[in-house]
Amino acid sequence: MKPAPFVYHDPRTVAEACDLLATRENARVLAGGQSLMPMMNFRYAMPDHLIDLNRVDELAYLRCEGEVLRVGAMTRQRDLEFSPEVGKRCPVLREALSHVGHRQTRNRGTLGGSLCHLDPSAELVNVAALLGGTLHVVSKGGARDIPFAEFAVAYMTTSLQPDELLAGATLPLPARGRGHAFAEFARRHGDFAIVACSALIGLDRDGRIADAAVALSGLGHAPVRPASIERALRGEKPGAAAFKAAAAEAGGFDAVADAYVTAAYRRHLARVLVYRALEQASMRALEAGNG
Amino acid sequence: MADTRTITVTVNGRVCSREVETRLTLADFLRHELNLTGTHVGCEHGVCGACTVLVGGVSARACLMLAVQCDGREVATVESLADGDELNPLQQAFRDNHGLQCGFCTPGILMTLTEFLRDHPDPGEAEVRDVLSGNLCRCTGYQAIVAATLDAAKRMRGGA
Ligand SMILES: Cc1cc2nc3c(=O)[nH]c(=O)nc-3n(C[C@@H](O)[C@H](O)[C@H](O)COP(=O)(O)OP(=O)(O)OC[C@H]3O[C@@H](n4cnc5c(N)ncnc54)[C@H](O)[C@@H]3O)c2cc1C
Ligand code: FES
Ligand code: FES
Repeated sequence: MKPAPFVYHDPRTVAEACDLLATRENARVLAGGQSLMPMMNFRYAMPDHLIDLNRVDELAYLRCEGEVLRVGAMTRQRDLEFSPEVGKRCPVLREALSHVGHRQTRNRGTLGGSLCHLDPSAELVNVAALLGGTLHVVSKGGARDIPFAEFAVAYMTTSLQPDELLAGATLPLPARGRGHAFAEFARRHGDFAIVACSALIGLDRDGRIADAAVALSGLGHAPVRPASIERALRGEKPGAAAFKAAAAEAGGFDAVADAYVTAAYRRHLARVLVYRALEQASMRALEAGNG
Repeated sequence: MADTRTITVTVNGRVCSREVETRLTLADFLRHELNLTGTHVGCEHGVCGACTVLVGGVSARACLMLAVQCDGREVATVESLADGDELNPLQQAFRDNHGLQCGFCTPGILMTLTEFLRDHPDPGEAEVRDVLSGNLCRCTGYQAIVAATLDAAKRMRGGA
């Protein structure tokens, strides 16, 4: 028996789940279990009440609606990965997913679980920052929306209140013709990234960069959208000079250090990955324009 | 008081009802309650893949699921593969290609590949290596596992 004792609840509706969250002390929500179950097996996490969302069907949905993708918190990573619509309209998300753990963990792991777990270098957290999504949160008292940029408040800590549940996310789809890239460095395939960089590039008729979005994770507690880099790229010809300047800037950002990875190495990776992501995204934007 | 529930799970086609503590993992349920010790337990935190089984036909870490979550569902373990003493084509290919040494990782790998080959009957080597990333093997160096998988795929397509 690995996890410490808890009382198990398996609500069927969001309303029931919210009611349990509001009324039980030291309760924890269980999504795909691919992060929470290891923590419970290690007894890092010892909830008294475990509220399993796996039978709340209304939390699992996936819809492309116009220019946005609507995803339920309990939508499995595998369903995002294998969705033809996601592949077509938001290929950066599919590319990111191929780095999230392994086939078996994506079969269970959910979008909501990854966002709420908020590992600093989680790929889905990075893509949510890149797309600039909105999170839909519910509680017994009502509902509210949180812009993704305001979701992370500290290391692995979200702005969710203890009685709040993430119900789903609305992710703006990249505009047509945008080139995308997702570049990361991890020790082994399927490990969390040490540093990851995603990018979306749009070109104007002269082949210059019209708009650029960059999300860089692994330097601090949450991904950053470096406004200085995004601004400086606008109007530039995509090429080594522009990418080098952006990479140099990224290499100067503050970075955290831990027992395995120094701050200097993270900065080095940021420099290399920003370059690679911009190069690939620009190439794809060019192909999209010619194609 | 321990929090318990009575659950009914169809394991390898057999309907099993048990009263279990809700904190019992699926891996421990299979091993300790049903004596199906083919499902191995290595790390118990999702990393090694030794405990991989199919839940509703989809591969999952049995150490990261609770037995109660499988109430009313179908679970397939490595014990479902052979027919008595007769190995199935995937197992036979592992045997013929030396796809195992100590065999600790093998049940998880076979279940991962059972799902994979069902969905990808004609995979390339890169795809096989990608799907195996979720299963650690400390003996073989993976080479023989990849060879066995490609051989199994061929046999299962009827080209043996
Ligand atoms: C071997 C292995 C490798 C992995 N590699 C990667 C990787 O490379 N990249 C990566 O990003 N992840 C990786 N992961 C973790 C990933 O698989 C998890 O899916 C993800 O981190 C959590 O999602 P989950 O659905 O499993 O959530 P759970 O583990 O069930 O929950 C995670 C946390 O979020 C909370 N939570 C979940 N849903 C909600 C909700 N709707 N509202 C409020 N709170 C909620 C839970 O209470 C818990 O605190 C890996 C996991 C394993 C086992
Ligand atoms: S025992 Fe389950 S993954 Fe290692
Ligand atoms: S055969 Fe020994 S661990 Fe794989």
